[in-house]
Order: sequence, then structure tokens, then C-alpha cells
Amino acid sequence: MTENRSALVDRPTWSLAGLRLGAFLLLPSLPGMMAFGAVVGATEARKGFDLVTALLMNFWVYAGASQLVAIEGWPQHMTAAGVATLALVVATVNARMLLFGASLRPWLGPLPAWQIYPLLQFTTDPGWVIMMRYRAEGGNDAAAFLGGALVVLVAWISATIGGYLAGALVADPRAIALDLVLPIFFAAMVVPLWRGRRRATAWGVAGMVALATEYLVSGWWFVITGAIAGSLVEGFVEDAPDA
Amino acid sequence: MPDLGGLDLGGIDLEGPGTIAAILAMGAVTYSIRAGGFWLMGHVPLTARVRRMLEALPGTVVVATVLPITVREGAPAILAVAAAVGAMMVRRNDFLAVIAGMAVAALARAWLG
Repeated sequence: MTENRSALVDRPTWSLAGLRLGAFLLLPSLPGMMAFGAVVGATEARKGFDLVTALLMNFWVYAGASQLVAIEGWPQHMTAAGVATLALVVATVNARMLLFGASLRPWLGPLPAWQIYPLLQFTTDPGWVIMMRYRAEGGNDAAAFLGGALVVLVAWISATIGGYLAGALVADPRAIALDLVLPIFFAAMVVPLWRGRRRATAWGVAGMVALATEYLVSGWWFVITGAIAGSLVEGFVEDAPDA
Repeated sequence: MPDLGGLDLGGIDLEGPGTIAAILAMGAVTYSIRAGGFWLMGHVPLTARVRRMLEALPGTVVVATVLPITVREGAPAILAVAAAVGAMMVRRNDFLAVIAGMAVAALARAWLG
């Protein structure tokens, strides 16, 4: 009962100012994200996808790291088993996004389903982490999420098209460290996300479990095992005052 | 698509309906993951403990992503991550931090291989 009432009181607003703020907050993430998008576009061109097919994938899958893994493993002749394998590969790389959606629930849960479910398609790594920071600092405008999502969408689609057309110009992404865009952006986020020593245990457990997972299992499982382990620790630290 | 034998067209059948089917499946799976976590938490009571866990996720996801990749990629990644964190601590500017990290990473890759 009280849960319901507070949900109504805390219901996110929609405002033009919020839309602009969200777009503004995502600007710093664009250069790295666009460079990565250019690599995805160039890889699609190199592998022989036509531009319309590439655009369909960039918009509909909308998850660059998983697309790169899928494209590298694209079978010579597509069978039902090939489709299932690619879907599974993409699912393992993107499993971390389950956590993104879960953590958005307390904030965006009071919104009607028709508003939130289309929006969730545009959840991205930088979009999510920046919006969680915005929320933690007291922001409560759903339009900020939309504004950030729109900026990332436009930048992503134009970067992938640019990369597709430029092709060979981004021949060796490793040489200019484009494979490190995500860890570098996330590393910068460590500073504003730091909540003092209280969360140090959770972070330590997250890091250790992630390292162990990466050592034992190939693929991207380390994000989800590490993050869940760390958050469980946070949840079961009894004397922690609510932040 | 007919079997092209030795003809090299990139070697991959990319125009058939199979390709479109694969892309649609990849997107459907990814969307169900994007929406699934949100949907699932709608069926779990958001107690103080659950909220605390969810609020910790941005930090734990970031650490669990950065640490293994940095360790795996070695010196260039360590220097780049240090530069990004350092720039962020000094200037509190996301943009500068990312640029600093990328620049250090590219230079370190060039020098250290």
C-alpha cells in the first residue's frame, strides 16, 4: 500500500528540459562510441553485407560488441542451426543488459508499459551508466533517458554508415585501441560511482569474481557473474545505511 | 543461394533470407534481454535490500567489466584506465577522461605493441 503511494509520488516526469539535459549528459560518451560504431560498420562492409542489411542489424540488434562477435562467426551458408547459434552468441555477449533493465525498475517502473518498453530497446552501456548516475543524483525525468537514447541512436547509426563507407580507413581498430573504448569509458565512471568505503567490499567481490570467471570461462560471462556477486554482497551487508 | 564453388564473393552467403532471419533472431533475443531484466523486477517486491542491490549494480558492473579486460590486455590497457581515472579525479569531466584514456591507449599500443 505505502509502496504504491510512494510509487505514484515518485512517478518520473516528462519535460523538454529533461530531454535536452539527457542529450547533453550523453555527449561526452559519443566520440568513443562513434569510433567503435565506425569499426562495426567497416567490419560489416569487409564481410560483404550490403548497406541495407547492415543498417537493419545496427538498428535492430543495436549492440556493437555482440554484433562484432556474431559477424566474425557468420556461417558460410545460413541454416536454422546457424541462426540459433548466432542468437545464442549474441545473448551471451549481451547478458549484462539483463542487469541494466533490472536496475532501471525502481526508477522507471511507475511509468506505463507502453512508454517504457519501446524505450528499453535503446538501452546502451553509456546510456545506462549515465542515466543511473543522473538518477542517483536525484534526477527523475524520463525524458532525460529518451534524450540520451536519441543522441546515442543518431550518433551510432551515422558512425556505422560512415565506417561502412570509409571501410579500409579503419583497417586496424586494435592499433588505435578501439577495442578498449568500453573499459576506458567505464573506468572514467568509476570516479563518480564511488560511494566511499561502504561499497568497497561489493566492488572487491565483483572484481575478484569477474577475474576468476574470465580466467575459467571464455566469453563475456565475467560481467554478469562479477556484478551479481558484488550486488548480493551489497544487499546482505546488514548494517549498511540506505544511500 | 547457389553454391558458388571456388568463386570468392567474400565467401559468405549474405543476401538470402537466412541472413535476415539471423539478424531478426539476434535482435529479438537482445530485446528480450533488454526488456527482460526490467520485466522480471516488476515481479519481485522492491524491498530495501533489493533496492540496495540494484543501486549497487552500476558500480559492480563497471568494476566487473573493467578489471578482467584490463588484466587481459596488459600494460596499454592498465595505463589507459589509469589515465581515464586520473583525468576524471582531477577534472571531473567525462569527455576529457575518455579522450585521455583513448590517447594513452593508442600511444601505449604503438610503443609497447
